[in-house]
Amino acid sequence: MSAIQDSLRPAGVQAAQIYDLWLLMLVVCTIVFAAVFGAFVMALWRAPRATERTAPDVAAISSQEPKSLLAVSIGLIVSAVGLIALIIASVLTDRALAALPLKDGLVIEVTARQWWWDIVYDDHEPSRIFRTANELHIPVGRPVVIKLKSSDVIHSFWVPNLHGKKDLIPGHTSLIQLRADQPGVYRGQCAEFCGHQHAKMAFLVIAHEPQDFERWAQSQRQPAKEPEGELQKRGREVFLSSPCIMCHRIDGTVAQGRQAPDLTHLASRRTIAAGTLPNTRGNLGGWILDPQSTKPGVMMPPVALAAADLQALLAYLESLH
Amino acid sequence: MNNRAGIVAMSCACLLLVSCEREARRFQQPAPTAATPQAVPGSDIRAGAQPLTKATPNPAEQNAYAVAQGKRLFVWYNCVGCHAHGGGGSGPALMDDKWLYGAEPVNVYRTIVEGRPNGMPAFGTVIPESQVWQLVAYVRSMSGLLRPDVAPGRDDDLAAVPPESRREPAVPKTAK
Repeated sequence: MSAIQDSLRPAGVQAAQIYDLWLLMLVVCTIVFAAVFGAFVMALWRAPRATERTAPDVAAISSQEPKSLLAVSIGLIVSAVGLIALIIASVLTDRALAALPLKDGLVIEVTARQWWWDIVYDDHEPSRIFRTANELHIPVGRPVVIKLKSSDVIHSFWVPNLHGKKDLIPGHTSLIQLRADQPGVYRGQCAEFCGHQHAKMAFLVIAHEPQDFERWAQSQRQPAKEPEGELQKRGREVFLSSPCIMCHRIDGTVAQGRQAPDLTHLASRRTIAAGTLPNTRGNLGGWILDPQSTKPGVMMPPVALAAADLQALLAYLESLH
Repeated sequence: MNNRAGIVAMSCACLLLVSCEREARRFQQPAPTAATPQAVPGSDIRAGAQPLTKATPNPAEQNAYAVAQGKRLFVWYNCVGCHAHGGGGSGPALMDDKWLYGAEPVNVYRTIVEGRPNGMPAFGTVIPESQVWQLVAYVRSMSGLLRPDVAPGRDDDLAAVPPESRREPAVPKTAK
């Protein structure tokens, strides 16, 4: 899980623009801070002082300071110019963010749910549409249009290395357009408090070279692999006869639930429980038996399975590449 | 005088305790067992027979969060597919005063777990016990059988009927 989440290391053109704006604001505000602090220290330094025997000489501050009008005017003008410059830079950045060319864009629909991300890759051809969860794969250099929806409360989509935040509002579709310019794994995070497990509502953005992305997408379009061997077959039976089937979907089986992450290619994902745990056999087993210990309040109920059934189920789930 | 103020303060404190129970969220359910739950007695119930009346209290009925979860699961598990939002469709209505298999929590529990003739599937192996109790609580709230401060007070979608918390209790009469 060597994913980075850092707005100061832009990996896309928009994050770079936001970074430039941030640098400008940092420089301007640092200069203003230093100037104000310097003036304050100077005022302290020049303040009338009393000694043990004499009262402070307040003559200097009891009459009007010469050229005070000039000093105030200069201060006002400098402040106004600085603020207006920042506003202009901000507006220009905003326009540049929206000016991302969207020709040949990839359309992805992301639905936020408490507390995970449901991801559907759209296509003109219905048979090429596919669904995944908590892992957003995108091709490098190609614009991506993400339709953002929410099924319950307000969430916010934030991948600091690629773009700013965008809220997901129930009953409303919002859009965010972005482009990754460097391959890599970037961590995204829900950025609007959305309930008990808001902090553990993360996802990964994996930016591939275009041909790698196509290979990945093609593998995700396939139905789940048929189980091989008795153990995996039994694992599928366990899946289909236990509470898993009520909410999860495994394409190619009768499990077609939409209330929980699609597990058709679970083994190809790096994390489980929305970026909470690395996808290992031990974590998966612990998560199935007692998800409430890892993520209290999560909608997944604890599932009691006999040891042999659990091992079979894990063997099956691990085969779903 | 002071004594009376003390009594009033104590009463207020007791009221607070009630609200604690009402809002408590228990995420750590006791580990369910694979065997059929033993707390609920079996019955030879069939349509028209006298339903089981032995009361087994529903742990979810005093808790607003549990009832709200029941309401969510009612949609997620596609109860709405047959019963609609209580008005009924290919399954019977749930918001009226008719209870083919009894109105006690234990009766509704068994209906969900065992299934019933003419279409109601048995969910006993696929819905965990704690969630069945949440569904039972919500089903009973549909006809106003729960305390108004525990029953759900709003819908996420446009609603054609008042919310469960504002429904008049429909006194159950078992079909003859």
